[in-house]
Amino acid sequence: MIPTAHRRGWLQGALASAGALMLGACDKITNNPTGIAVLQSAEGLTRRAQRLFIDRKALAREFPANAISADFKPNGSIDPSDPDYVALKAKGFADYRLVVDGLVDKPLSLSLADLRALPARTQITRHDCVEGWSCIGKWTGARLGPLLDKAGLKKTARYIVFHCADTLEQTLDGSGQYYESIDLIDAYHPQTILAYDMNDQALPVPHGAPLRLRVERQLGYKHAKYVTRVEAVDDLARLGRGKGGFWEDRGYEWYAGI
Amino acid sequence: MAKPEKVLVYRHAAVTRLTHWINVLALTLLLMSGLNIFGAHPALYWGQTSTFAHPWVSIGAVQRPNGEVEGVTQIGSAKFDTTGVLGWSGKPGSRQPVAFPSWATVPSERDLADSRRWHFFFAWLFVLNGLVYWLVGLGGGHIVKDLAPTRRDLAPRNLWHEIVTHAKLRFPKGEEARHYNVLQKGAYLAVVLILLPLMVLTGLTMSPGVDAGAPWLVVLFGGRQTARTIHFLTAFTLVGFVLLHVFMVVASGTWNNIRSMITGRYAIQPGADAGATTPKMGEAA
Repeated sequence: MIPTAHRRGWLQGALASAGALMLGACDKITNNPTGIAVLQSAEGLTRRAQRLFIDRKALAREFPANAISADFKPNGSIDPSDPDYVALKAKGFADYRLVVDGLVDKPLSLSLADLRALPARTQITRHDCVEGWSCIGKWTGARLGPLLDKAGLKKTARYIVFHCADTLEQTLDGSGQYYESIDLIDAYHPQTILAYDMNDQALPVPHGAPLRLRVERQLGYKHAKYVTRVEAVDDLARLGRGKGGFWEDRGYEWYAGI
Repeated sequence: MAKPEKVLVYRHAAVTRLTHWINVLALTLLLMSGLNIFGAHPALYWGQTSTFAHPWVSIGAVQRPNGEVEGVTQIGSAKFDTTGVLGWSGKPGSRQPVAFPSWATVPSERDLADSRRWHFFFAWLFVLNGLVYWLVGLGGGHIVKDLAPTRRDLAPRNLWHEIVTHAKLRFPKGEEARHYNVLQKGAYLAVVLILLPLMVLTGLTMSPGVDAGAPWLVVLFGGRQTARTIHFLTAFTLVGFVLLHVFMVVASGTWNNIRSMITGRYAIQPGADAGATTPKMGEAA
């Protein structure tokens, strides 16, 4: 019989080797297109389950004014250095226009004053970052649904894309420009707004001045900042690297409800 | 009289065995991908929002005036040097600022996007597996028949007896070994009915989509950040359970226990009453 001390050493060695093998296998799966595709299949389940069990018009919780975070953390771009944006910012966004186009009957070009004249909504909501932290802020903005109706969505439109003024990653092919997309269920949700005010002040630059998306039932990276163009499309494949958003192109879920 | 032989009894139903091993796989990967996810923001808070300047737990790396980097884990007002394991780990010379070391996370490199893919895939497997266990366990009577403590189990004398014999690592023989004892029942029930559902519910509470559809969840836990904290604490309570569980498996007969969770058959050592026992149906002598 093997002495106990030897047996213990052997067992520890075996466990450590098994652990290392498992870790190696996990990394191989992560880096293998089929492996990651299998793991990604869970996203479809999550999206379908949430669409099935959660009322499509269910509102995200709204909070009283005293719940507003004093230290709302800006993330991603916080002061874009793109020349066009710098020029807009220098004039206090007086020359800013929001373009609404794509699969619409009547493309629009709106100033901030035009946007402020549209049907608006104010909401105090919790912002949930994919990293795990949360902050509460008060947002006022133009409701996206009526804005899309004003432009007249064509029947073929399936997604709404938000093009942004900030480049979050320097790339040669321009795929580092921030953008995001949502489906029509979220686009027409009553709390989905293009916010121009935060905590009763004009939206500050770190939080996306002069206009950002609020899509309250999804994680923070869906809430595109520095929005300059809203485009209605039938397919996300031709945008960026084809996954429907800056972070989606880098491996994150397109449906960010969890 | 011949020496009484050990008896093989059929201890675990196929569903219990299958769901047990799927759970081992799912919980292992959920834990390891969860530790990677935690690395994206290695701090915990209470309530709805993050009070960034005052987390109640945080793991990080700080540079000392002499240029040395130290891993620091803060719990409340206490700070611990955890260099090499938490906050600052890896081979000396190529250490990285990461909450949990690469040998404990899936993937091994910090990667929020990929670790979330792992986490949600195995979360689905874990939930579906748990539902099968619950449905079959409740429908087939396993939970009530085998896990619910009887009045006799809960008698103070019996409780004390079990605690003492467990502490001495003396395990039941004969008739007594045919059933779970009260400490086993309590531990398994706590895991199956409290800890594992708590993991799912606190996990769901972190979802902004679920919170819109089921606002009572956030109310129940008192905020998304509290839910995240409970998710983390419950995960480590489960790690504690697994360590104890594996220790007891080894102490009470590694191969016998593992075999019973694979083939279902568990060998019982003869007790004082062994001579009087005739094997029951479905048992091999």
